[in-house]
Amino acid sequence: MRPILMKGHERPLTFLKYNREGDLLFSCAKDHNPTVWFADNGERLGTYRGHNGAVWSCDISRDSATLITASADQTVKLWDVKTGTLLYTFNFDSPAKSVDFAVGDKLAVITTDPFMGLPSAIHIKQIARDPDNLLILKGPQGRINRAVWGPLNRTIISAGEDAVVRIWDSETGKLLKESDKEDGHKKPITSLAKSVDGSHFLTGSLDKSAKLWDTRTLKLIKTYVTERPVNAVAMSPLLDHVVLGGGQDASAVTTTDHRAGKFEAKFYDKILTEEIGGVKGHFGPINALAFNPDGKSFSSGGEDGYVRLHHFDPDYFNIKI
Amino acid sequence: MADVMSMEDIRATAARLNVDLSSLDLDSIRLPPGEDFGVSSDDEDLKVEESLEFEEGFGNIIVVDNLPVVPREKFEKLEGVVRKIYSQIGVIKENGLLMPVDPETQKTLGYCFIEYNTPQEAELAKEKTHGYKLDRSHIFAVNMFDDIEKFMKVPEEWAPPETKPYAPGENLQKWLTDEKARDQFVIRAGSDTEVLWNDARQSKPELVYKRTYWTESFVQWSPLGTYLATVHRQGAAVWGGATTFNRLMRYAHPQVKLIDFSPGERFLVTYSSQEPSNPRDTHRVVINIFDVRTGKVMRDFKGSADEFAIGGTGGVSGVSWPVFRWSGGKDDKYFARIGKNVVSVYETETFTLIDKKSIKVENVVDFSWSPTDAILAIFVPELGGGNQPARVSLVQIPSKEELRQKNLFSVSDCKMYWQSNGDYLAVKVDRYTKTKKSTYTGFELFRIKERDIPIEVLELENKNDKIIAFAWEPKGHRFAVIHGDNPRPDVSFYSMRSGSNTGRVSKLTTLKGKQANALYWSPGGRFIILAGLKGFNGQLEFYNVDELETMAQAEHFMATDVEWDPTGRYVVTAVTSVHEMENGFNVWSFNGKLLYRILKDHFFQFLWRPRPPSFLCAEKEEEIAKNLKKYSKKYEAEDQDVSMLLSEQDREKRRMLKEEWERWVSEWKRLHEEEKLERQKLRDGEASDEEEEYEAKEVEIEELLDVSEEVISFD
Repeated sequence: MRPILMKGHERPLTFLKYNREGDLLFSCAKDHNPTVWFADNGERLGTYRGHNGAVWSCDISRDSATLITASADQTVKLWDVKTGTLLYTFNFDSPAKSVDFAVGDKLAVITTDPFMGLPSAIHIKQIARDPDNLLILKGPQGRINRAVWGPLNRTIISAGEDAVVRIWDSETGKLLKESDKEDGHKKPITSLAKSVDGSHFLTGSLDKSAKLWDTRTLKLIKTYVTERPVNAVAMSPLLDHVVLGGGQDASAVTTTDHRAGKFEAKFYDKILTEEIGGVKGHFGPINALAFNPDGKSFSSGGEDGYVRLHHFDPDYFNIKI
Repeated sequence: MADVMSMEDIRATAARLNVDLSSLDLDSIRLPPGEDFGVSSDDEDLKVEESLEFEEGFGNIIVVDNLPVVPREKFEKLEGVVRKIYSQIGVIKENGLLMPVDPETQKTLGYCFIEYNTPQEAELAKEKTHGYKLDRSHIFAVNMFDDIEKFMKVPEEWAPPETKPYAPGENLQKWLTDEKARDQFVIRAGSDTEVLWNDARQSKPELVYKRTYWTESFVQWSPLGTYLATVHRQGAAVWGGATTFNRLMRYAHPQVKLIDFSPGERFLVTYSSQEPSNPRDTHRVVINIFDVRTGKVMRDFKGSADEFAIGGTGGVSGVSWPVFRWSGGKDDKYFARIGKNVVSVYETETFTLIDKKSIKVENVVDFSWSPTDAILAIFVPELGGGNQPARVSLVQIPSKEELRQKNLFSVSDCKMYWQSNGDYLAVKVDRYTKTKKSTYTGFELFRIKERDIPIEVLELENKNDKIIAFAWEPKGHRFAVIHGDNPRPDVSFYSMRSGSNTGRVSKLTTLKGKQANALYWSPGGRFIILAGLKGFNGQLEFYNVDELETMAQAEHFMATDVEWDPTGRYVVTAVTSVHEMENGFNVWSFNGKLLYRILKDHFFQFLWRPRPPSFLCAEKEEEIAKNLKKYSKKYEAEDQDVSMLLSEQDREKRRMLKEEWERWVSEWKRLHEEEKLERQKLRDGEASDEEEEYEAKEVEIEELLDVSEEVISFD
């Protein structure tokens, strides 16, 4: 089907997230307004106004009532999804990069960038009127681009610019596992996506590859090799497909032919790690990808400021390789 | 890397041995020399390099012998003379001139030491003043100080050299006997250099040998493919072997920059240039010619860059490479270089000039050898504002007899193209128009193998067309020209034979408006790739010149290089690291089918391993061509087997992958199930993970709205 082009952001997209039912799509961009759209027809439902900096990441509670957003204005904000009212603001001393609700939505893991001499950190916060700061993890060099919860909220998985995937104990803050140099990525990890059941996750890196890991053992299961730096990854909840997005560095886009940029979203067979196909459209690198929980559509957000919503043709479900 | 101990390991070992680490200064431990405790260094060059450094200790000191022996009164005068001579060449260090005195006679001993700032200056001084005549009885004998030590070590008595037992060498051409008749190639990407088989049937390369930091600048195959040459700071090395790549020989030449093999790969020419200490001087150039097999220097040439830069267009250091051009043929008999008003031809028996003198050619600017015979083509440009015409002449070596000569008028430039069998020579001549404001191009075609070497003039239909590229069909009689004005030039094909008349050039066809700027003939002829590199973004057209039809059109975006394999079966297009993105190479069949592509970051070089020419005689080749069907049957069957096997293997591999994946999934399911209760607890007892709460239940609700009774009469 023809993709739906959603024009609402004025700056490059940074993150996309569907709610659990798959009827709403939340988008974050470097402009200051996270936006919610109808996932079916791409109609804009509303924006959440209040941030004063690029919004890097968001998460939505299981009941689709609360939205949490992480922003470069050094805050993480909780919103009422329906009314758009600001519920609470967590203040930090450096820009917040990523945010993820725990199972049960009572905890959130937030990463903050290195800033003014402060090192990067992973914060675990309680979602409550009077939030307790439960734990702060430090150690990784450079930005931590993504941190998510492991099974049963027992672990935290983090990945970032130092190209290492780490698993931490969410109770004690102890570093449990680290991806080793041989297997692991060679350049900064830009993105991380969990499977639906949280049993495995996919990381994308500027080393032009994506890797599939077991969440519990941090064992490398698959590697997907591509021709572009990978900025965004997503896994189909329905079929054994993964989709990788990226492209040449945004600063070099204008210097070469558009075909050289590799701005397609590339589909790979999850098991055979072979390329199945690609979806063209963006005229800048892809920064964000998300699959609808029903697996029948996906959306991509680009440096060009557009969100493209793709509903699959029936042929897609019959791909054989 | 595995041999490196981490600090943890060391601590653990120390604890086990009851050693207090804090009281131990690890740096103070000195291992006995020569003892490595079983930890071997992985750098085999280590020892050699050390000894080289040691030699440099006194490298900047020379010893001047055969000075006059003078009494004390004349010390200063003699010293003044010596100083004058030697400070012209370089800067003598302060107190760098030492003239020893015999304590008994109070006279000098007839020699002195001079210390320069750099070894290069010392080397130069030795070269320039060795044999310098101060007067009739005092002819200087100059040596490097280091050499004196070396000479002292020479034993007085001559001992016959030990005859080494014969060690059978490896079959260096084993790669040619590959069962599947595949070809090898070498690629350089990042710090790795790899030699691979091109396994086109399996659509992938197969690794033969890989080495990190194999070379410090580039690699190069010898012309017959026997050796792979690598270039290092200390010199060049060649590698080869039956199954793997061993170092066969090293050629010491510090700071070597360029190398060149003779066509029969008997000799290797190495080149280095040195920044002058005095900025007004030109670069100093050292060229060594080695025997490839023994590693001996057969002849060296030293001098300023100017001496080697004549006629060439000039690179960074002003020398056009190769300086020495080798005559055709496998026997490597002659090599030549161009000098001021001369062409110097050397022969390799004695490494001296033929007849002890160069060929005098006033104002020569360019020359080239026939690829097969000892024939030189020499080009002399116009002189005296057109009074003396430009000239192309063919000279036979070693007789130096002029075979043919052609005078050309109002010429601005000439370029010579030999056909690979040496049958034809095409000279592209750029001529001025009458107004002298612009130029147009024509070709002079020489038929070398015919009697009296007839010359034919060919002009393009549109004389003003610019020539973008020219290429002979290898071993054939045809050539292709790209001409016209950008952006869409034309491509024309010509044959040196026309239908019935074999002595006339004729045009075969012109293809209009092609996106091409380079021509790549298949080594077997017949097929050609019209490539649009650089500005044309890598357009490729595979063209069959026999049938005059396009076989395929393709694109390898941003391609920078096109390389045919030596058999003409496959062709590679590559994007090297001049571009940031897309680095890697594509392998195509001769007719333009993409077989496979490999991506490599920082991709520098792709080179097919050349094959030596076939030993089959012409008749035999013809016989094979005639019975091709018979032979091809066998290979077709083989091909089919391979593809069957391949699909079988593929299926097997996929099955394995699927099974492995299933195992993961079932494990994950089990764990997920196990954790179900706990997850529910975390969610405040909310029942499920899945969509159960959305289960569609059809509920029928009946509502009684109104009841009324009516009695209907029964008729």
